[in-house]
Amino acid sequence: MTTVMQWAGAFALLCFALALIMATVRLLRGPTPQDQVLALDTMYVTGILIILVLGIEFGTAVYFDIAVLIALFGFIGAAALAKFLLRGEVIEP
Amino acid sequence: MNELPLWATIPATVLLIASGIITLIGALGLLRFNRFYSRMHAMTLCNTMGVGTVLFASMLVSSAVERVPVIHELVIMLFLVLVSPISAILLMRAGVRRDPRRPVADD
Repeated sequence: MTTVMQWAGAFALLCFALALIMATVRLLRGPTPQDQVLALDTMYVTGILIILVLGIEFGTAVYFDIAVLIALFGFIGAAALAKFLLRGEVIEP
Repeated sequence: MNELPLWATIPATVLLIASGIITLIGALGLLRFNRFYSRMHAMTLCNTMGVGTVLFASMLVSSAVERVPVIHELVIMLFLVLVSPISAILLMRAGVRRDPRRPVADD
């Protein structure tokens, strides 16, 4: 039964890789800057998903800390970029 | 990772496959929709659902391996559920502000 779950994890990883490729195309092609920030948001969440599925596959809990860190810094980056697009500067005096 | 019980393996498999399909649908919407608001709609919904399913599968598998309930995946799920709407709202406001069809800037 474990083999079935490993194949399911491989399928999920394939889907996540395709999602990363699509987000990269949108990042390179996006007509406006907010589309590019949206693609960046998608890319970091997909990175979290890839790392979590790798943690399930290898059966260790080490990957979980990396996922938490990526979530924190990805949110900070996306929020700072959105604030810059909104107001013209990140930290206002 | 040997001899996982059946009650953990079947839901984890289904959740992993569902997460892959949901995330792929979200990224396809991000690529194929033609307006910024539609892209935002597809991406935020599908990302939250994909993260939720993968974290639930991870909770099931690690609980079955350790033989006690493991809930530390709830931290990242709670964080993403709290924080992803904030960045979505900021980005949507930026998109509305920078929309060329917006008549007059009011500040």
